[in-house]
Amino acid sequence: MTASALIIDITLWGSVAILGFMAWQRGRVVLVSSVREGSMDFINIVPRIALGVIGSGYIAAVIPPEVITGWLGPDSGWLGVLTAVIAGAATPGGPVVGFSIGAVALKVGGGPPQVIAYVVAWALFAFQRMILWEIPFMPARFVWFRAAVSVPFPFLAAAIAMVIGKP
Amino acid sequence: MIVIGALVAICVALVWRRDGIDGVFNILTHDLLLFGEIIPRVLAGCLLGGFIAEILPHDKVSRSLGPKSGLKGLLIGTAFGAILPGGPFTAYPVAAALLTVGADFGATIAMVVSWTLIGYGRAVAWELPILGTDFTLWRIVISLPIPVLAGWLGRVVFVRMYPKGEPS
Repeated sequence: MTASALIIDITLWGSVAILGFMAWQRGRVVLVSSVREGSMDFINIVPRIALGVIGSGYIAAVIPPEVITGWLGPDSGWLGVLTAVIAGAATPGGPVVGFSIGAVALKVGGGPPQVIAYVVAWALFAFQRMILWEIPFMPARFVWFRAAVSVPFPFLAAAIAMVIGKP
Repeated sequence: MIVIGALVAICVALVWRRDGIDGVFNILTHDLLLFGEIIPRVLAGCLLGGFIAEILPHDKVSRSLGPKSGLKGLLIGTAFGAILPGGPFTAYPVAAALLTVGADFGATIAMVVSWTLIGYGRAVAWELPILGTDFTLWRIVISLPIPVLAGWLGRVVFVRMYPKGEPS
């Protein structure tokens, strides 16, 4: 286990302990019912997470990262931004893959507004995170709603980047 | 879920055709290990969600994060998303808990979008080392207004779509 994973686990279970203590202070009934509720959610979610984790590995295997990098060439202008947004949503894998593709695109001459659009689109729409995490936990209506109202923002970020210039 | 299951089945078939049964098993073992690593964190996230749903007073939450909370509600959602510790295994259960205790779609959208765009966890752990400090800071500054704008847009659209409140 890496150091960052250890820190994540410590803060995570630390927060669970603190909130659990706060619930216990409100009385045993509050503690018991919140633990029961959390456990029921957990039991309901495990099969969906299983499908998400195991499934997204296969989906990622079908879409190799090289395909994504190809879409993020030195293509400039709004067409480049549009391709970058689609590439961001289609990028499989975790943050290492997403940010590395952004870094490669910068190195091979991708414009910073396009790379911004890519990173923001990846943060907002990466299909693997939506399938694996957002859809199992949140009401489906919320997820589609959230994704729909997020559509303008990678373009807005690219526009701001074009106006204020490079870092 | 059925759609995702079908999509997964198609991808398994494609991998099988391309790499044979060994390819299928390689991915399966890797994913099962990942699943084992994730599952305790999912439990922690669900417990956090359960505690938050019980501890937070519903009337206060719906006042400060509900449909009538205005810009302040969107800003609170954004700040909460930015400081939330952990990864997706905390963000989504906590967001779902907020929805059940009276936050509206707008404030919850602000929280989720803020977590994904300006949350420090992913930026510090992954973006800084890979994309460099200049790019990361520049990207975060540009992203700052987005959670509030997305939450606001969410509210505007929500009111148009469901003028009589959310259907059950």
